[in-house]
Amino acid sequence: MALWSCLTAMFAVGWLGCDVDVEHEDPHTAAVFQVSADDQLIAVPPPPFSEDVFPCSDCHEGEEVNRTRRVVEDHEDVVFDHDSENRWCLDCHDADNRDKLRLASGALLEFTESYRLCGQCHGPKLRDWKAGAHGKRTGSWSGKKQYLLCVHCHNPHTPQFAPLKPQPAPTRPENL
Amino acid sequence: MKGSSHFIRDSIRIVAQGSPAYFGWLALLAICVVQGLLAYQDQVETGLILTSMRDSVSWGFYIGNFTFLVGVAAAAVLLVIPAYVYHWKPIREVALFGELLAVVSIIMCLLFIAVDMGHPERFWHMIPMLGTINFPSSIMAWDALVLNFYLILNLSVASYIIYCANQGRHYNPRVVVPLVILSVPAAVSIHTVTAFLYNGMAARPYWNSAILTPRFLASAFCSGPAILLILFQILRKATQFEIRDDAIHKIAELMAYAMAFNLFLFGAEVFKEFYSDTHHLIHYKYLFGLLHGTASPLAPFAWMSLLFAIVAFLLFLVPATRKNVVTMNIGCLLIYVSVYIEKGVALIIPGYTPDVLGQIYHYVPSLTELRVAVGVFGIGFLLFTLMVKVSIRVLFTQPVTTPA
Amino acid sequence: MKSQDQTIQPAAKVSRRDAIKGLFALVALATTSGCKSDSDALDAYVQQNFREMTAEQLEEALSRWERRYAETFKKEVEVSATPAQEGVLFGYALDISRCIGCRRCVYACVDENNQSRAPQVHWIKVLEMEKDKGVNLHHADQYYDREVVPHPGKFYFPVACQQCENPPCVKACPVSATWKEPDGIVTIDYDWCIGCRCCVTACPYGARSFNWAEPHLEPDELNTKTEYLGNRPRTRGVVEKCTFCLQRARKGLYPACVEVCPVGARKFGNLNDPDGELRYIIENKRCFILKEELNTQPKFLYYYGV
Repeated sequence: MALWSCLTAMFAVGWLGCDVDVEHEDPHTAAVFQVSADDQLIAVPPPPFSEDVFPCSDCHEGEEVNRTRRVVEDHEDVVFDHDSENRWCLDCHDADNRDKLRLASGALLEFTESYRLCGQCHGPKLRDWKAGAHGKRTGSWSGKKQYLLCVHCHNPHTPQFAPLKPQPAPTRPENL
Repeated sequence: MKGSSHFIRDSIRIVAQGSPAYFGWLALLAICVVQGLLAYQDQVETGLILTSMRDSVSWGFYIGNFTFLVGVAAAAVLLVIPAYVYHWKPIREVALFGELLAVVSIIMCLLFIAVDMGHPERFWHMIPMLGTINFPSSIMAWDALVLNFYLILNLSVASYIIYCANQGRHYNPRVVVPLVILSVPAAVSIHTVTAFLYNGMAARPYWNSAILTPRFLASAFCSGPAILLILFQILRKATQFEIRDDAIHKIAELMAYAMAFNLFLFGAEVFKEFYSDTHHLIHYKYLFGLLHGTASPLAPFAWMSLLFAIVAFLLFLVPATRKNVVTMNIGCLLIYVSVYIEKGVALIIPGYTPDVLGQIYHYVPSLTELRVAVGVFGIGFLLFTLMVKVSIRVLFTQPVTTPA
Repeated sequence: MKSQDQTIQPAAKVSRRDAIKGLFALVALATTSGCKSDSDALDAYVQQNFREMTAEQLEEALSRWERRYAETFKKEVEVSATPAQEGVLFGYALDISRCIGCRRCVYACVDENNQSRAPQVHWIKVLEMEKDKGVNLHHADQYYDREVVPHPGKFYFPVACQQCENPPCVKACPVSATWKEPDGIVTIDYDWCIGCRCCVTACPYGARSFNWAEPHLEPDELNTKTEYLGNRPRTRGVVEKCTFCLQRARKGLYPACVEVCPVGARKFGNLNDPDGELRYIIENKRCFILKEELNTQPKFLYYYGV
């Protein structure tokens, strides 16, 4: 599912040449991040939320939080398989403010900066991603590269890519 | 030149006369040529896809025949060297036929290249000054130059000899001998350059062995004279053409040495590949059908070629069988077929199988390729027959005055 | 008999020359007869090698092709001749720890570059190899047909033109129809190529494809933004190959294969750019070259991202 939203984002970003306005700081529709080399701000498309799920605080507002580690049955569309032995929902989602993510230090993150959360464990990937060497590459090799968030390709709950059906094998020379 | 129109008329008269067998032969060749032209027309209309060549095996039967015929053309020189350099009477006249064979072979070579090209009408792109020939980097460019040079050279020498004979006088050795001596390195050059065409391809380890070029020359010197030996025996029976037995035996003896060398070089190559046992061995395994799980259509022919070469060598090595008319002719046929298979397909196909990405495509010439090839050979044989007929008539019915 | 004291010209010589000339004329007629306009056909026939053309001749050649494509496809096709940019040397890096063999690059390339659909021409060949044998072409399968990829125990290795710095194809071409451009892309002048396939034979990577028949492309499959040396529809009897999507790259865009790859295995850029991802990959990853011992010096690198 994440892959499909990723592919859709590809089309939007790659083929329409969509380049989100760098100045726009609406956390729900755009994100910016800093590339260390020359402090260039680069825009990414909005996070691929499931329909109507954001803002989470519409449901998760002023409730008693059960902080016991357990397998959570709600959110049936979420299959959790991301180090499920050692991790659970509230390691990444802030218990008190569900509209934010949380780092190990307790610091809160917008969903549009989720790459920083991923980068906590996947440091080398984050480095590669910022350099343009990780992930789908669209845009301009000589100008503005187009970036995607990690979650545009990797479902944060089930990050492993599912096998794809390959496109057809080439015709053998004897059958040409 | 005013005499040329008379000569043309006379030549036409010469070729228009002959025995029923002669006309039967011409008719057969005409059929070969016409069906070849029809097949080529199909190929021109639809494209080279009518051949069995594909990206994996991008050269095949046409280029194989081309390679073989370059060898035949080069081998004509085998007869030229003793004739002119050593002033050896029995071979001097027959050397002319070697040159005519060389001319016809080169023509067939050029035709095989033409039918193999995607755009033969763009041949002028290769002409220096007119096009942009990639000289000296491209070996194919070198090949185009040396082949045409060799053609012009042999054509000039042969026409000059016939011209002089027709005038009733011997050719001027001071004109002919230097040109003939030049034809020796020219002959070596055409075959060496053609060998280099394959040898220089680093992408094809099957060919990228230094021994390839000497192997080319050795097998050319086996097969070229074989054709001439058969030709001379035919001419001896069918016309007033005279050639002494010891000339025939001498040619056969030279062929025996060439065959020994050929087998030795083959053995050396086989040792290196099978003993070192690197990835490159896979091509030889494919050739001889030793690749597990792959039925090579080439294997029976490859073994046949090897067997024929060994048998022919033995027949020519032993003086008794070399001098015996029957065994000698069997030997000639065997070595001709052996080298034809070797140069034709056993050289080309394993170089492409498996291909550079390890994929195997079993190439077997298509009907179109066979038909066009038969057509090209038909043209060659036809030209050769006509030229030989004219030459014999002119050469051997004129009194010839030898220089003092 | 003595009346034959004339100069001799073997009768066969006349007929032989005429036969060859006739053959070429026949072929020239047959191959150029596809073009409706006779003057266009003649101009096309005598056209020079791309590198020898004057600016004017090039303009004429481009318009000629635009006319011909409009006729064939009933669509407006743009044929440009964008020169190389200064200071740019294109390179490519492919992460074989990520490629899953889905072949989307193969077909994105076909769409972008107007390859013939029938007979099928693919510039990219994806090889399925065995993990326990590593990069070993003797155990590679180009024709794998799986339900899903990646198949357990296998890895995938796409190969296309390596854009060598020391290209054996350029060396082999007898008419200089293929050459290396200043930005490193090895290009082909399709109108100069004689179809001898020396280059196909010389290429160690199987990168070059020959048009064995008239290429077939439906008008609705056509990419109308074309380059003379790149993705314009080809004719039969000529060789073609990957050009790093020259029509895109020279305008600052990524090649089609780079953009379509769903796992981000493909990277492209200017080798001269110290801030580009290629330089980053070269410095931080373990890159290697296919058939390095042949000294072709490809600008296409393979690496292991993980």
